[in-house]
Amino acid sequence: MSGPLRVAVVYPDLLGTYGDGGNGLILARRAEWRGIDAELLQAASDRALPEADIYCLGGGEDGPQVRAARMLIDDGTLARRVAGGAVVLAVCAGFQVVGRSFPGADGEPHEGVGLLDVETVKGTGPRAVGEVVAEPEGIEGLPVLTGFENHGGRTRLGEGTVALGRVTSGIGNGDGGGEGAVGGRVVGTYLHGPVLARNPALADLLLSWALADADLEPLDDSASESLRDERLGVGRRKGRRRGRK
Amino acid sequence: MRARLASATTRAVNAASRRLGRGQGTVAGGRAGLRLDPKLLEHLSAGRQVALVTGTNGKTTTTRLLTVALGATGDAVVSNETGSNMPPGHVAALAGSHAARAVLEVDEVYLPRVLTATTAAAVVLLNLSRDQLDRTNEVRMVAGRWRAALAAAPHTHVVANADDPLVAWSAGVARDVHWVGAGLRWQFDAVGCPACEGRIEFNEAGWSCAGCGFARPGPEATLVLSADGAAGGVWADGRTHPVRLTLPGRFNQANALMATVAAEACGVDAFTALEAMEHVEQVAGRFTVRSFGAVQARLMLAKNPAGWDELLDLVAGSDAPLVVSINARVADGADPSWLWDVPYERLVGRAVVATGDRFRDLSVRLHYAGVAHTTEPDPVQAVAKAADGTGAVVDVIGNYTAFHDLLGAPQ
Repeated sequence: MSGPLRVAVVYPDLLGTYGDGGNGLILARRAEWRGIDAELLQAASDRALPEADIYCLGGGEDGPQVRAARMLIDDGTLARRVAGGAVVLAVCAGFQVVGRSFPGADGEPHEGVGLLDVETVKGTGPRAVGEVVAEPEGIEGLPVLTGFENHGGRTRLGEGTVALGRVTSGIGNGDGGGEGAVGGRVVGTYLHGPVLARNPALADLLLSWALADADLEPLDDSASESLRDERLGVGRRKGRRRGRK
Repeated sequence: MRARLASATTRAVNAASRRLGRGQGTVAGGRAGLRLDPKLLEHLSAGRQVALVTGTNGKTTTTRLLTVALGATGDAVVSNETGSNMPPGHVAALAGSHAARAVLEVDEVYLPRVLTATTAAAVVLLNLSRDQLDRTNEVRMVAGRWRAALAAAPHTHVVANADDPLVAWSAGVARDVHWVGAGLRWQFDAVGCPACEGRIEFNEAGWSCAGCGFARPGPEATLVLSADGAAGGVWADGRTHPVRLTLPGRFNQANALMATVAAEACGVDAFTALEAMEHVEQVAGRFTVRSFGAVQARLMLAKNPAGWDELLDLVAGSDAPLVVSINARVADGADPSWLWDVPYERLVGRAVVATGDRFRDLSVRLHYAGVAHTTEPDPVQAVAKAADGTGAVVDVIGNYTAFHDLLGAPQ
């Protein structure tokens, strides 16, 4: 890699409603704290998507989500960079956008960027809102995942696509107990928090992918660890209560 | 008959609840009354001039300012001033008063129902941005519900912030709109055009959509700021009035202008309204200085990124010790991910203590913002820790329930 590690937050003006922009900041800081030169780009939707090593997509509302998908397809940079090895973390609406299709506000399917073999449809039940705990599945070596979900979609994984985790508390994809999806270096998830604030090990995994599988020295994650302990405790208690119903 | 019984029950339960010390006694009584008569809000509103105030930020203060303005004529005005802004709170306030005028703060999600029930004479639409998304889900869903409700309320004067595209879209269908150029600092929820999903461009003159031509409506009154912090209202018909307040902040000057235009729609002239608002010193504890033992603290409320953006401006010039308290209870929203939308980087160099139920989320956010801080789970202890025996007045900013915890904490 030549030049700084480039981390792009994709369309914060369209996919920035749920605080997921923090994921880009976390990746850039964790690189810098290890002495790795990093550049954080806020890639607004009024210009071409910049070249980057890691792209972060976040949650957004139905209308802006449709617009974001159409613009990413027309722009072409994201798909081309992923084919060239770029890493993607896509959350909630962003997760749906990088799949093959997702529903608009009216429930009609819209074409996604197709980086992950997943399809999202409008859920029939109540919106999935609350704490999630998931045991990692699609990636080895990660500790248990924690986050907060807030979505109405149900996401089905195509054959050969693995879930990021197996839900032990919460809803996740809403299709057989999976949470998120992993395909190559593209990770999709429904977890807010933001997900990398609560799961720094996932942040370091994405960084190592972008840095040619470099070994990363440990950081002081005591604040995140303390938050994880608290949230996992709450999520598990909720899971047990739900299980008793 | 049923309404009279329900109304009496509301008052009785409220009085009992206050005697028992179970809070301010506005929700329990209202709930009991609504159970006896589901149409109680309709009945209690009949024969009164009702004005509603809603929006993501500024509801409580604007409600107070409008109440004072309408009262300046000598008329009795009833208001849900405890901040219970859903129908039980409205019912409780109205059941306790025969005042001919009412000003009600209304939760954004409940506006359609309350607008129908009260057949309001006026409604003030301040702004719409992300807040409690676990409950409201999407800002645009709220805007869409407002729009449908306003289309069905042809006799209501709608006082709407022309600088907020989501508000403008909601109010655009109303028959009688008084547009106010009240300003909009936080624009990140309004970039996608609510009418066509095109892109809204903001500039000095206002905003417009490149896709469909939807644009800022020409205001009837505009807030004009001067460099020294003074503000004035400039009306399209040539009038000007200074907006002088005891309350701090640009956002409160904007709230006051919105309230002034609403007062005019309710038959009170702007000069009288503004003069009355000037003397409001604090609203529901916001900006109150109170003591915790030997320590003095100034209490401030910011519950979402738009509110924080304004308040960080206000405290930026100070080097007072700062306590930030964050909860994620029902009234706050269960997901504090929004902390990552707040530019806490502006606090670098300040002495910050993180507290509240969710101090750990805040601590992680401050860590990545590069803000040196300590943590203390107990808010009152956090205030003492921040003062550190220096005698300085501590600035405290909390989100909704965190602010109220400190406001209500023992001296």
